Amino acid sequence: MQRTLYILLRNPMSMLGLLLVFIVVFSAIFADFIAPFPAHRGAVVDFANFNRAPEWPYIFGTDLVGRDIFTRIIYAFRISLMLGAVVLVIAVPIGVTIGLLAGYLGGWTEYVLMRLTDVFLSIPPLVLAMSIMGVLQPTLTNGMLAVTAMWWPWYTRLVYNITRSEKEEGYVLAAEVIGASRLHVMFREILPNCVPSILTKMTLDLGFVILIASSLSFLGLGVQPPTPDLGSMVAEGATYLPDSWWLTVFPGLAILVAVFGFNLVGDALRELLGADQ
Amino acid sequence: MSENLLTLSSVSKVFDTPSGKLRAVDDVSLEVRQGECLAIVGESGSGKSTLANMVLGIYPPSEGELRYRGALLPARRELAHRRAIQLVQQNPMSSLNPRRSIGASLRLALDVHGIGEKSKRWQRAGELLKEVGLPGDYRSRSPASLSGGQRQRVAIARALACQSDLVVLDEPTSALDVLVQARVLKLLNDLRAARGLTYIFITHDLSVVRNIADRVAVFEAGKLVELNATEKIFADPDHPYTRRLIAAVPVVTRKEEELRARLAKNTHEDS
Amino acid sequence: MTAPTLRISDLRLGFRRWAGTVEVLHGISMHIRKGERVALVGESGSGKSVTARIVLGLLQQVRSARISGLVEFEGQNLDTLSARDRARLRGTAMSMIFQDPTSSLNPVYTIGVQFHEVLRRRDPRLKMAEARQRAARALADVAIPNPDRVLDSYSFQLSGGMNQRVMIAMALANEPSLLLADEPGTALDVTVQAQTLRLMRDLVEEHDTSVLFISHNLGVVREFADRVYVIYKGRIVEHGPADSLFEDPRHPYTQALMRAVPRLTGGGIPDIEDVSEAYFAPLVVHEGCGEPEGAA
Repeated sequence: MQRTLYILLRNPMSMLGLLLVFIVVFSAIFADFIAPFPAHRGAVVDFANFNRAPEWPYIFGTDLVGRDIFTRIIYAFRISLMLGAVVLVIAVPIGVTIGLLAGYLGGWTEYVLMRLTDVFLSIPPLVLAMSIMGVLQPTLTNGMLAVTAMWWPWYTRLVYNITRSEKEEGYVLAAEVIGASRLHVMFREILPNCVPSILTKMTLDLGFVILIASSLSFLGLGVQPPTPDLGSMVAEGATYLPDSWWLTVFPGLAILVAVFGFNLVGDALRELLGADQ
Repeated sequence: MSENLLTLSSVSKVFDTPSGKLRAVDDVSLEVRQGECLAIVGESGSGKSTLANMVLGIYPPSEGELRYRGALLPARRELAHRRAIQLVQQNPMSSLNPRRSIGASLRLALDVHGIGEKSKRWQRAGELLKEVGLPGDYRSRSPASLSGGQRQRVAIARALACQSDLVVLDEPTSALDVLVQARVLKLLNDLRAARGLTYIFITHDLSVVRNIADRVAVFEAGKLVELNATEKIFADPDHPYTRRLIAAVPVVTRKEEELRARLAKNTHEDS
Repeated sequence: MTAPTLRISDLRLGFRRWAGTVEVLHGISMHIRKGERVALVGESGSGKSVTARIVLGLLQQVRSARISGLVEFEGQNLDTLSARDRARLRGTAMSMIFQDPTSSLNPVYTIGVQFHEVLRRRDPRLKMAEARQRAARALADVAIPNPDRVLDSYSFQLSGGMNQRVMIAMALANEPSLLLADEPGTALDVTVQAQTLRLMRDLVEEHDTSVLFISHNLGVVREFADRVYVIYKGRIVEHGPADSLFEDPRHPYTQALMRAVPRLTGGGIPDIEDVSEAYFAPLVVHEGCGEPEGAA
C-alpha cells in the first residue's frame, strides 16, 4: 500500500490520469444528478435556445436544436464507458483464452489459432468495423459487435507472447511434473502471470475503444441519434466551424480527457504491477 | 535394500538440430537402487539434464526403456508414476509461481493426487513447511517474500508432498550461497535418512558429490563413462575424464590440493 | 613510494527506497598495490558487486544512490573527476570482465569489430587493419590457436570458454593498470574455468596488472588471489594474505564459510548457522597487510 502511494505520488502524471479518469467515471455514473438538463440526452427540441455560445446555464453552449452540450457530453461518457466495458468484457476472455491455448499447447493448435489471429490483425481496424457495420444495421449493439471483432486479436497476441516465455519458467515444469492438468497449468499457473499485463492493456484500451467508437460515429456508423455520442457531436459541429466552435471543441476535449486519462492510468498501472510487454 | 527402484536399459535420446542429429544421451544403462543417492556428474552437453528429463517423463527416450519397480514407464505417464518420481529444480527463484502463495503451490500436489481430505489440505501445507524447517504460517506468503534458501526448502516440501520414493535433484544448491547450501544439503540428507528416499542428484560440483552421494555416474558427451562407489571415484577413478574433472575442482585446503595433485599425476601416466 | 593502484577508505553506500534508505555498504576500506591480485569474497547481497560498480564510476550516476567516502585510483580522487573523465578511464586504465562472457559480447558484430572498438578507446585514430593485427596478437596471448578465424566470428559461434578468453584479451588489450573481474568463469564448466583462471593469472602477472577479483567461490579465490578481503552484509570482516586466511580463518563468519564448503576429501555436511550475531564481530586483520604507506 505504501509502495503504491509512493509510486503514484512520485509521478504527477499518474495523479493527473487518476483525476481525469475519476471525472469521467464519476460524471458517467452520477449523470442524472450532475446534468443540468437530463431530458436533453434524448430527442428534445428547444428552438428558443439553439446554437448558443457558452453562457449560464449552458456552460458549454447548446447544439443546433437547442440541447445543452454539457448534459449531452456527460451522457455520452456513460454510453462510451458502457460500450468500452462491454467490448472488453467480451473481447478479453476470448482473446486471452485463444492466446493461452496457442502459446501453451503449441504445434497445430498454435499454427491454426495464430494464423487466424494474424488475418484479423492484418485488416485495418476501422475498415473491418466499417464493413461489419455496412452489412448489418448501424445500431449500438452492432457497433459493439464490430469493435469487439477487431479487439480480441490484440489480447491473443499479448497473452500468446507472455505464455510462450512463461512456459519456460520452472514453476510450469514443476506443475507438469506433479501431474497437473493442462487446464490447470494454463488457467491457474500461467494466467495469473499474464494478469498485470492484461489489466494494463485493458485500461489503455478503454481510452482507445472510446476513440474508435467516436470515429465510427463520426463517420455515421456508430451510435445513432438522438443518443448522445462524442464522435457524432464532433461530426455534426464540424460543418459550423469556426463560428460555432463550441459544437466541436467541447466534445473533442471530452474525448481527449477520456483517452488521455485512461492512458496515463494505464502507464501508472504498468509500473505498479510490474507488467512487462 | 539394494533392490532396484529404477532401471535404464540402453536408453538414448536423439534430437534433430539444424546441424544434424544430436545424440544427447547415447546408449546408457544404469540402475538406481532403493534408498541410495546416485550422483549424475558431467559438464554442459554431457546429457545429464536430458537423462533427468526422461526419468521425469518430460519426454520419452528415442531408444531403450525405463522401468520403475520392474514396470515399464510409458511415454505418457500415468498419475501414479508422476506421483512416484518428483523433482527439485536448480533455480528456486523460478520454480515457484510468483503470483501464487506458497501454500497454493504446495496444495497443488495434494489436490492432483487426492492426498488427504480436502478440508485438511491447507493445514497439511503448513505441516509440510514445518517438516523442511520453515514456520507453518509461511503458507500464505508469496515466494517474493522468501530468501533463496527458504524457497528451495519450499520446493523440497513440494516434492515431499506427493510422498514419492524417488526425487530428482537438479543442481539443487548451485544457485545458493555457501552457508545456505550447507543447510539445504543437511536437510536433504536428514530427509533421506528419515523417509528412506532415493535421490538422483544431478550436479557439476564434485565437492558436494563427495559428501552426499553413495555412487557416482560420470557422463561425457552423452555417454556414461564411469559408474562407481563414491569412495572409489575419489580415491582411484577408472576413467581419465573423471580424473580431469576432479583435478579442475577449486579447493580450500592443502589436504584437498594433495588429493587433486595425486589424481592429476596419474592422468599423465595414463596418457 | 608510489600511490597504490586503488585505495578505498570508509566507503558507504545507501539506496533511497520508498521505505527509506537501504544501507548497502557500512564504511569499507581496502587497497590494491601495483601488480597485486586482491579478492573480495562474500555471499550474494554482501555488497561486493556494488563496490566494483563504484570503482568503475557507474553507480555515481544513479539518482537514488547515496555514496560517501574516498575512492582513489592511482592517487587521484575519483570524486574530483567529472562524469566524462571517469568514463574515459573505463576501458583504458580500468577494465572489467563479467560473469557471463557470451552475453557480454554483442552478437551482431564480429569479434574483430568489437576489438577495434575496444582498442579505439585508447587510440581513437587507430585503423582497422592495425587494430586487427594487435587484436590477433592479444588473442594469441590468451592461447587462442587461430586468431584470424575468431576475429571473423560472432560470439554465438564460439564456445563459452572461447568467449571468456576473448573477454580477457579485450580487457587486457589496452594495458589497464586495474582489472575488475566480477565472478569470472562462474557460468563455465569446471575444467574450462580452471584453464581460464590459470591463463588470466599468468597474463596479469606478466603485465603487472592489479586485479580486484570479486567472487563467492572460496576455492576459486584461493587459487587466484594474493590477498583477500571477506565482506559480510556491507562490512569487511576479515583481511589477510590468501595463504594465512585459508590456513587460519579468525573471524567467526570466515570460519563458518570455510566450514560450510564441502571438501573433496570428504567429511560430510557440517551443521552450521546461516545467520548469527557472531558474524557481526569486528574486523580481523592478519599480520603483514595493513594500510599502505601515506594513508591516514
